Amino acid sequence: MEEITLLIDGREVKGKQGQTIIEVARENGINIPSLCYHPSVSKTGACRICLVRVNNRMLRPACVEPAINGMTVVTEDEDIVSMRKWILELLLSDGDHNCLYCDADGDCELQSLVKRYGVQEPRKDEPKRDRTVDNESSRGIKRNEYRCILCQRCVKACREIQVSNVWGFSERGFETRLIADDDQKIGESNCVLCGQCVQLCPTGALTYQTVLGRGANWELTKESSICIYCGVGCKIDFYKNREGMLVKSLGNYEGPNNGHLCVKGRFGFDFVQSPKRLSKPLIKRNGAFEEATWDEALNLVADKFAGIKAKNGPDSIAALSSAKCTNEENYLMQKFMRAVIGTNNVDHCARL
Amino acid sequence: MTNSIREIPSSAGFLVIGSNTTENHPVMGSMIKNAVINNGKKLIVVDPREIELSRYADYYFQIKPGTNIAILNGFMHVLIKEGLYDKTFVETRTEGLQELAKALEKYTPEYVAGICGLDNPEDIRKAARLMAELKPMALYYSMGITQFVSGVNGVKSTANLQMLLGNMGVPGGGVNPLRGQNNVQGACDMGALPVSYPAYQPVANEENKAKFEKAWGVNGLSVKPGLTIVEMFNAAIGGQLKAVYAMGENPVMSDPNQHHIIEALKSLEFLVVQDIFLTETAQYADVVLPSCAFLEKQGTASNTERRVQPMHKVLPPWGDARDDWWIISQIANRMGAKWDYKKSEDIFEEIRKVTPSYAGITYERIEKELIQWPCPTTDHPGTQYLHKDRFSRGLGLFTAIDYTPPAEGTDDEYPMILTTGRILEHFHTGTMSRNSRILDELVPEGFVQINPNDASNYNIADNEVISVSSRRGSIRIKAKITDKPKPNVVFIPFHFYEAAANVLTNDALDPACKIPEYKVCSCRIEKIA
Ligand code: SF4
Ligand code: SF4
Ligand code: SF4
Ligand code: FES
Repeated sequence: MEEITLLIDGREVKGKQGQTIIEVARENGINIPSLCYHPSVSKTGACRICLVRVNNRMLRPACVEPAINGMTVVTEDEDIVSMRKWILELLLSDGDHNCLYCDADGDCELQSLVKRYGVQEPRKDEPKRDRTVDNESSRGIKRNEYRCILCQRCVKACREIQVSNVWGFSERGFETRLIADDDQKIGESNCVLCGQCVQLCPTGALTYQTVLGRGANWELTKESSICIYCGVGCKIDFYKNREGMLVKSLGNYEGPNNGHLCVKGRFGFDFVQSPKRLSKPLIKRNGAFEEATWDEALNLVADKFAGIKAKNGPDSIAALSSAKCTNEENYLMQKFMRAVIGTNNVDHCARL
Repeated sequence: MTNSIREIPSSAGFLVIGSNTTENHPVMGSMIKNAVINNGKKLIVVDPREIELSRYADYYFQIKPGTNIAILNGFMHVLIKEGLYDKTFVETRTEGLQELAKALEKYTPEYVAGICGLDNPEDIRKAARLMAELKPMALYYSMGITQFVSGVNGVKSTANLQMLLGNMGVPGGGVNPLRGQNNVQGACDMGALPVSYPAYQPVANEENKAKFEKAWGVNGLSVKPGLTIVEMFNAAIGGQLKAVYAMGENPVMSDPNQHHIIEALKSLEFLVVQDIFLTETAQYADVVLPSCAFLEKQGTASNTERRVQPMHKVLPPWGDARDDWWIISQIANRMGAKWDYKKSEDIFEEIRKVTPSYAGITYERIEKELIQWPCPTTDHPGTQYLHKDRFSRGLGLFTAIDYTPPAEGTDDEYPMILTTGRILEHFHTGTMSRNSRILDELVPEGFVQINPNDASNYNIADNEVISVSSRRGSIRIKAKITDKPKPNVVFIPFHFYEAAANVLTNDALDPACKIPEYKVCSCRIEKIA
């Protein structure tokens, strides 16, 4: 693709033909605010928070405006700031954004823009309409429509990524509302709980059931790993709180999954911290398990294997390796059986 | 997979056979849905049960369980009869077409429809014609192809079809098995198989023996292929096998013919189970070793498209649990080995030396790069799709394959067909997913899917607890009435120990690769009250 050069905020930056202004800017570390834009779904161009000044004249939405060679872009000036403030005030007054009660507090794109642009109290004159609050119907997802800014990211996540087409907008009179299927509760809809709409929601309008009471967003730390549940090998960012408890998992955009997960990858990890986990080696004595030290257990295993090998030959011992273990562990298990025990009796459940 | 997940958008269409992709590999299922529903790509689905993808298919074939090979042969019969196959590809890249064509002679759509229980043979013709137009078409399959006594032949048939269509060695094409667990690919690559060392180097080969003796500094490696899982349990009952070391496996739940497995475990002199829970299998152990769960580990896993990815330590070990590699090393050293691995990367460095396809992959590289093996050197980018200009043996070889019926036929006593599988919310033996609160709440118990016709014949109501029996055992389970399975076919997911499907399944093995025939056995349903 052809390379193009733009002047953004006085800086010469490179991009490719076919990119939008926001894409070129972000690749070059220049942050243009956005709300309805998300790189993993198609463009909406609805919220206008991303307005920038193009060629010193028109204001254009950077998330849909094609970047053109030689273009000059100003990402913020006085007009733009007041425009953005006005949009944010409108969004605030239209909903009910009490961050104190919101799971997205500290991890909300609307909140951080409100802080960045110093927006004060919302206007009180707009009438509040009745909206859906549903914290119960779904096992995985909560929704609070008072925090919805109608950005459509959830609609597109469900249509373009999960492709279950649960979310849609319904128009009633002047009101546009976000509804699941034909206005069902989310837990009674065709939602398969992939959680992608929540991952893409910029506000606290959609949140996970797992996060409440598990620490504030700014206390969470994350680390990536690979999902254990199937061979797609989705890359996941796991978030844990200060006590080390898992709080949520988000799809990582660099994995084969492009940020998407399924219900297992999204909600299937608390087994790791289940109180039923084994925490001590066990040795069966007179038909019952007793806790043992590692030394006792390992010595016993080594002695038994050595004894059985000496008496019945190496082929009287076999190992089951595991498709849930790492490459390193599988390698070591087959090496152990071949080089130490002396048999090829090693298999795993690839077949099963 | 010969090809890559990110090639899905470049396929013109898909043949999905024996894979309930949206439930078992949901993220890929969504990518296929996106291609078909939002981008107009074509879809052909072959599956005994109605699945989500069959709703969006241009052609859907609801075949009798165990008849994959027949319908694949049917497609190929049409392609050859009507001259629709990719002649350039077949001429330049393959051999053996003649024998294949001869074997396919009798697989007319009418004959195939008879075997597969299909009403409309003409659709087989139409679907084959559509396939010939799809340049390229990707073929996806899963356990629905492999878990039969004819499993290996099923896999070969998929390759036959894709070679005939010229869909090999091109992006967006290929034969793409979807692996059921996160590191099945890696476990095979690493030689956790009774017949091969890492990178599929056969054990029954003196050169390989010498090579690994040198690499590992040992003498007398065995050239005798080992036992497969199911053979191990037979040998345990037979008394030849005395001890089993099971790491992260739960054969009591996952293996066919549960009663037989339990008998085998009880006949062992010594059983060690290394796992994160006291599983159904661990109950029979003499020693249980607590291991770290995947989130407590560092290491690598290889996904279904051969991509080697880093796993990081997200959490500290639970209680006194230890890394599996540490435990194995400790036992090895107590038996006289002198292993000195300090971290998983030390092991990976050794893997690179003995596994040519992994030689160019390093911990550092996979942090920033997407690498799929084969990757022979550190400046090699990895391999997005296989068989680009040649197959590993040179020319691709067609294998003439005949349809053979499943090992166990139905009769008066066991008149129905049972097929098993997974559901979206759960995984394998349930050890992990059933200990995850939300997943367990979503689907808390097992069930058997029964067609409304059968339900009314047997006078069974929705949610009624009924009995399902096979020649091997009997379970009680809730009936879910749905038209997903055809009449005379029932489906049971195998995640639930209270109603374990594998009490019923058959442990007849595919003669070549020893996969048990989970997907089909005959059974009987009965009202209890
Ligand atoms: S969780 Fe997934 S399936 Fe459910 S509404 Fe959101 S995107 Fe759609
Ligand atoms: S619920 Fe969230 S993602 Fe959906 S439209 Fe509202 S704010 Fe946007
Ligand atoms: S998140 Fe779902 S699709 Fe992805 S690897 Fe895990 S189980 Fe497979
Ligand atoms: S982010 Fe550009 S219009 Fe919403």
